[in-house]
Amino acid sequence: MSVIVDRYDVVVIGAGHAGVEASLAAARLGYKTLLATLSLDNIALMPCNPSVGGSAKGQLVGEIDALGGQMGISADEACIQMRMLNTGKGYAVHSLRAQADKPFYHVIMKRVVENQANLDVKQVMIDKLLVRNDEVVGVEAETGEIFETDSVILCTGTYLRSKIVFGSVNYESGPNGLRTANKLSESLLEAGVELRRFKTGTPARVDRRSLDFSRMQIQEGDAQLHNFSYISTITRRDQVPCWLTYTTPVTHQIIKDNLVRSGMFNGLVEGVGPRYCPSIESKIIRFRDKERHQLFIEPEGLNTNEMYVQGMSSALPADVQVQFMQTIPGLEHVKMMRPGYAIDYDCLDPLQLKSSLEHKRIRGLFSAGQSNGTSGYEEAAGQGLVAGINAVQRLRHKEPLVLGRNEAYIGVLIDDLVTKGTNEPYRMMTSRAEYRLLLRQDNGDLRLTEKGREIGLVTDDRWRQFTGKRSEIERVMHFLETTAVSPTEETNAKLVSAGSVPLKKGENLATLLKRSEMSYDKLQAFFGAPEISDVVGNRWKYNVNMKDIS
Amino acid sequence: MIQEDTISAVTTAPGNAAVGVIRISGPEALKTAERMFFAASGKKLQSYPSHTMVYGFIRDEKGADIDEVFAVYMKGPRSYTAEDVVEIQCHGGVQSLRHILRLAYFYGARPAEPGEFTKRAFLNGRIDLVQAEAVMDIINSKSSAALKVALQQQEGFLSGKLKEIRKELRDVIVHLEAVIDYPEEDIEDVTYKEVADAIGRAKEETETLLQGTHTGKILKEGLRTVIVGRPNVGKSSLLNTLLKEDRALVSEFEGTTRDVIEEQLVIGGVPVLLADTAGIHDTEDFVEKLGVERSRAFLDKAELIMVVMDGTSPLTADDETILTAVRGKNTVFVVNKTDLAESMITNTLAQQAPRENIIEISAKTREGIDLLENWLKEFVYGSGRQAEEEIYIQNERQISLLQQAHESLCDAADAAANRLPYDCLTIDVDRTLTLMGEITGETVRDEIINEIFSRFCVGK
Repeated sequence: MSVIVDRYDVVVIGAGHAGVEASLAAARLGYKTLLATLSLDNIALMPCNPSVGGSAKGQLVGEIDALGGQMGISADEACIQMRMLNTGKGYAVHSLRAQADKPFYHVIMKRVVENQANLDVKQVMIDKLLVRNDEVVGVEAETGEIFETDSVILCTGTYLRSKIVFGSVNYESGPNGLRTANKLSESLLEAGVELRRFKTGTPARVDRRSLDFSRMQIQEGDAQLHNFSYISTITRRDQVPCWLTYTTPVTHQIIKDNLVRSGMFNGLVEGVGPRYCPSIESKIIRFRDKERHQLFIEPEGLNTNEMYVQGMSSALPADVQVQFMQTIPGLEHVKMMRPGYAIDYDCLDPLQLKSSLEHKRIRGLFSAGQSNGTSGYEEAAGQGLVAGINAVQRLRHKEPLVLGRNEAYIGVLIDDLVTKGTNEPYRMMTSRAEYRLLLRQDNGDLRLTEKGREIGLVTDDRWRQFTGKRSEIERVMHFLETTAVSPTEETNAKLVSAGSVPLKKGENLATLLKRSEMSYDKLQAFFGAPEISDVVGNRWKYNVNMKDIS
Repeated sequence: MIQEDTISAVTTAPGNAAVGVIRISGPEALKTAERMFFAASGKKLQSYPSHTMVYGFIRDEKGADIDEVFAVYMKGPRSYTAEDVVEIQCHGGVQSLRHILRLAYFYGARPAEPGEFTKRAFLNGRIDLVQAEAVMDIINSKSSAALKVALQQQEGFLSGKLKEIRKELRDVIVHLEAVIDYPEEDIEDVTYKEVADAIGRAKEETETLLQGTHTGKILKEGLRTVIVGRPNVGKSSLLNTLLKEDRALVSEFEGTTRDVIEEQLVIGGVPVLLADTAGIHDTEDFVEKLGVERSRAFLDKAELIMVVMDGTSPLTADDETILTAVRGKNTVFVVNKTDLAESMITNTLAQQAPRENIIEISAKTREGIDLLENWLKEFVYGSGRQAEEEIYIQNERQISLLQQAHESLCDAADAAANRLPYDCLTIDVDRTLTLMGEITGETVRDEIINEIFSRFCVGK
């Protein structure tokens, strides 16, 4: 018995990283929004690694923040270790990576969505997409409740007809034993949406008390404070370390001896897995000559003993997972708390979508995140934000937000998806961006805050901070460009003392700063360049020159 | 494979010949052929193995015999276009070909556009862009040497060489990108030396290719040569001797300059476009005009100036005018009439020009003509270089891309030498790869990403 129970402007199916951003964006823009989730206890769950950011992904989080999204702020709050990666490789590829307290991240996001005006959060299984004349009109839950709506955003992650496999264990389930959405797949197929099957996997979680950290290398967070959010108010953070260790030849032998028992090879896994995220058994087959594989032991949170074994994703039987882990230095007495597994799921071929993430034929149907064949929390959140914004833009009868490949990693991501498609779960990489030098961690706000303001997601407070910073940068740039120094003896003596060459003619400070041996500090010391605030930090200097100025 | 319609055209040159060939290519090729071709055996063409020559007849829609032919069915991808192809060899001559072609169109094929078979071969990945362009160059080549270059390219010489260079650069960029995108993985760091070495090698090899481009262009288009000399020094007889020697006069037409006749001839295997001032009625007038800018400009356009002088008389004022006009330009001095007396001017000339650029000849007895031929060969190929062993690029598009690639390699070399950070370093290497990829029609980014995954073990 179906009953129409309510009407929404936007219904978001799934409350993972895409769904949270999508629903927050729509609600914050003033549209009545429903966020439907299979479990209220798993909002913004991180079913795999307990971390946010990384190469190219850190930039994505910065972009989400600049546009007025939530991920950066929440990740800063849940962060228990932060590092800037790639510092020796050029500013454009500097990327932030945070260890997140996984349960806390969920708690923060649950608090945020529950307290958002215009947003209803419900635990409900959506079974059907209701479409009339190629236009979305509503969704129907398993309870028979019908929610009428103008737009539906699919953020179904890995939950569509999902199946978990490890060893001979093989059951229908979402990640972490959550329910799987079987009927929604059928409904989508009926509506003419094409589905495909992808696969991903996760490693085991182990008991901290069973590990011998003295046999591993410690990896600490950076001493310097970092934050994803350009308007973060966090000024200090206690950090916990991660640990590095390596597989041994015995580990490899055990895995080889048991390959036939892996879900990857016994025919139980159907989907296409990502090459950048292979199971340990795939790594050992594909890279036979590699003597050892590294693994990081990462804390899942401050209030749990679970540790994530990064690098050991596996679909081997539980007993084999324990057996091979016990051959790794520091893990000799390891106790496994959750086994690693592979998961198969339905997702859309993103070539069916427009750059707005709306379906090409079915009006009002949007899709974001892993349901579009991507991988990663940050990729999902970026798409969720864009889908949420564009569902609203459609209702406003305004042009959708489409970011260029030269404007944002989010632009590269969506453009790749909807124009090239993908044959495996798509991960963002800086090498996918031809305008990498422009798309930096440090200038995400300069690139996108204005767009976020136009859309309406940038709050007055964020806008005031941003414009203040921007005018400070402009003021300093103006000073550098208009302040000339002449080749006096005094000036040249200073330059020589700094290891530079004397001036032959007058130069402005901006030109002088381009010299690789010159730094802003020296300009301050020698020529009275103005003080700059912490918010501006070093960032404005990259505009002077892409060369290594620090 | 890109799904296309079926196309047909005559593939042999127009005109009377013993045999003519009609090609039908596309998914419906066999079906189209079956409706017009009737094997003498009574069997269907498709009942024969692919690539078998079948004897039979072409009959029109009313069943009347058109011609006695051979038909060959080549199942894709083992065919010129990599599609299903039927070729019909019929008697040469316009009537038969036209009739059969009309039938092919009647049964559903569409007339092929110029170059469309080759285009399909390219689009279907059977040949790369360089090879496709070489097909056009074979058709248009002006000399045997140019034909050879085109054939080489079609065989993939240039593509092969470019692939080697690109692979070297790609390996470096893949390593850089892997290190950038997987900072936490156990990947050996890149050294600036490794990068600089690879760029250096690629740069060197690109330079070798570029040295060959000038030659390649000359071989394709002809060496633009102007022949000058005061009256009665023997320009005409030299020209006649050269023409007689090679019997290779290709065509004769009025040049762009109204005063000048341009002739195409082949000297020592080198195609030469000779602007012959002997064709000017009032030659004395030309020497006078050397002082005038327009004539100067005319000389400026030449890649080689051949100054003909009379060895039996001292240098005249006219000779001096010419010497002044050609100063600083690529010039060969041909001192004629050695059959009459020993040259009086060689030593004087040698004070103004390198001795090796002065050739003594007798147009009348042909003495020294071989020296002139050798001089030309060396001028075009460079000394010690063997035409047969080198790769010469003659296509303007390819040359231009290769020059740009070289420039960006120079930038890359600078970047590596200055130890610029990886993000900047990859820009120039990437640009080089893109430009080289454009020559052969290959894309870069996906290639790099695929390579990262095949070379490095990365993941959670």
